[in-house]
Amino acid sequence: MTVGIIELLTIFVLAAFVGNEVISKVPSILHTPLMSGSNAIHGIILVGTMVVLADAHGPAELVLGFLAVLLASLNVVGGFVVTDRMLEMFKTKPEARKQGADNRASDSATGDGANPGGKPS
Amino acid sequence: MTLASINFTLADGRDLVYLLVGIGFILALKGLSAPRGARRGNLVGAAAALVGIAITFTDPALRDHVPGVSHGLNLALMLIAMALGTAIAVPAARKVKMTAMPQMVAIFNGVGGGAAALVSITEFLKFPHGTVAVYKIFEVLFGVVVGCVSFSGSAIAFAKLQELMTGRPITYPGQQAINALVGLAITALVLTTLVTASVPIMVVVLILGLVLGVIFVLPIGGADVPVLISLLNSFTGLAVAASGFTLNSNLLIIAGTLVGASGILLTRMMSKAMGRSLPNILFSAFGSVITAGGGEGGQERPVKSGTPDDIGVLLAYARKVAIVPGYGLAVAQAQHVARELADALTAKGVEVYYAIHPVAGRMPGHMNVLLAEANVPYDQLKEMEQANPEMSTTDVALVVGANDTVNPAAKTTPGSPIYGMPIVNADEAGAVIFLKRSMRPGFAGIDNELLYDEKTTLLFGDAKDSLQKLVAAVEAA
Repeated sequence: MTVGIIELLTIFVLAAFVGNEVISKVPSILHTPLMSGSNAIHGIILVGTMVVLADAHGPAELVLGFLAVLLASLNVVGGFVVTDRMLEMFKTKPEARKQGADNRASDSATGDGANPGGKPS
Repeated sequence: MTLASINFTLADGRDLVYLLVGIGFILALKGLSAPRGARRGNLVGAAAALVGIAITFTDPALRDHVPGVSHGLNLALMLIAMALGTAIAVPAARKVKMTAMPQMVAIFNGVGGGAAALVSITEFLKFPHGTVAVYKIFEVLFGVVVGCVSFSGSAIAFAKLQELMTGRPITYPGQQAINALVGLAITALVLTTLVTASVPIMVVVLILGLVLGVIFVLPIGGADVPVLISLLNSFTGLAVAASGFTLNSNLLIIAGTLVGASGILLTRMMSKAMGRSLPNILFSAFGSVITAGGGEGGQERPVKSGTPDDIGVLLAYARKVAIVPGYGLAVAQAQHVARELADALTAKGVEVYYAIHPVAGRMPGHMNVLLAEANVPYDQLKEMEQANPEMSTTDVALVVGANDTVNPAAKTTPGSPIYGMPIVNADEAGAVIFLKRSMRPGFAGIDNELLYDEKTTLLFGDAKDSLQKLVAAVEAA
């Protein structure tokens, strides 16, 4: 499919406005996961690298394409996994909060010493 | 009507799916900007990416037979590369310590920039001679330069955070002039290439792009590296968008531009949280000189240090204690012990809260993530704006491995490099306790007057050890 430069520019400009609007209010607590999550999203360059490698002629293009697919896979897979791991920690929050309010006074004696290594993953 | 349905080709269908993937990314970003939907947002993004990758296997480039291309080989290499990437990335992402998250994001960002640059380079090599529109060449070169800057810049950012090299700004005479010259050289060569489409010149542009990434990051101090990573993340997004123009891909343009635009906004939010402008962060070599708080020889001034037992008693008999965490807590992995101390104090009837500076640690929100890992109750976490009004009624501020974020010079010393940065007002508490490894100043390299204040007591040592001793002391008190 041939798309004109103007159509592509239109997509570009509109996407830029959306990008600016969509994260207008982020609590600082989420700055890190948001950075990490958007990092994963640009890993979709993998789609581009796949096309480039599929189309590669000759050893030079094959090597470049192979490297590109490898790097992009690292980006997209690692990016989403690492973000999920960060956010995993926020997940238990509502429970912890309820418990914390209920047995705030008594829970320290037993403590959480039994689970020093944090959560299993 | 029927004509339209006949004309709806597989290519249209694929582009439609790509559009849906793009919408998925928009929803992912939206989800990620509120605590409630954050995790789901990320999963939506991951699912969208998976769909996008799957549908790409229907692309003609991957299916149609082209003379001179042995498709089996290319596809096999593709699957190997994808499997290899996944096999490396998943364990790396799962095993990385919470303290090393910033470095991890830097790496994943850098490889993404590298991938975008490689796409652009390969497309450049494929250009037929003399028949390429100038804007096509520009898109490709933009992708090469920005991707390379992001790649090498992220590598240096990683090295700084991983302490493979000094975290302090590296400066040399004429630095700004040299950076400007490299930038100018790149611009000139890009303009030349627009006309000549010469491969050797493109290679020079590529190398200069890598060099620019390195020299751009060298003068940025470790404390500012998170802001830098956010900026480089945004750069990678733009490089991906450039690849999208080259490959006529609506998805790459949407995804890349989303990240590029939101990344720049996020970068500005972060610098705002530090009370500084982005140019100041990028170009001022902040923290290269250790400025003494009052006169020189700050190290020799008397400080008061206490034993864990003394401090334990002070804490146990306080009414209200604020824990102010910083990077020292993160490196010592002391978040669990900090929670134990808070629990021990709560059991003694002490009101405990955590006063969290937005840029404490190495990334904004770093402390929240760490403390969440230790299951600290939400209602004990207070952002700086909520915590500061309470400081004057707080008996003890326990500063665990923080320094610059409680430095009163930000309020009192107009000449100080951090002047104007919002800080946690630990100095307003009745007493201040610093858990520190040494008298070394913080990342900004500025001496902290609060250390010498007469209401301040220091406890030297690893934050985790010191906290453990304090837990024992509080329980015994």
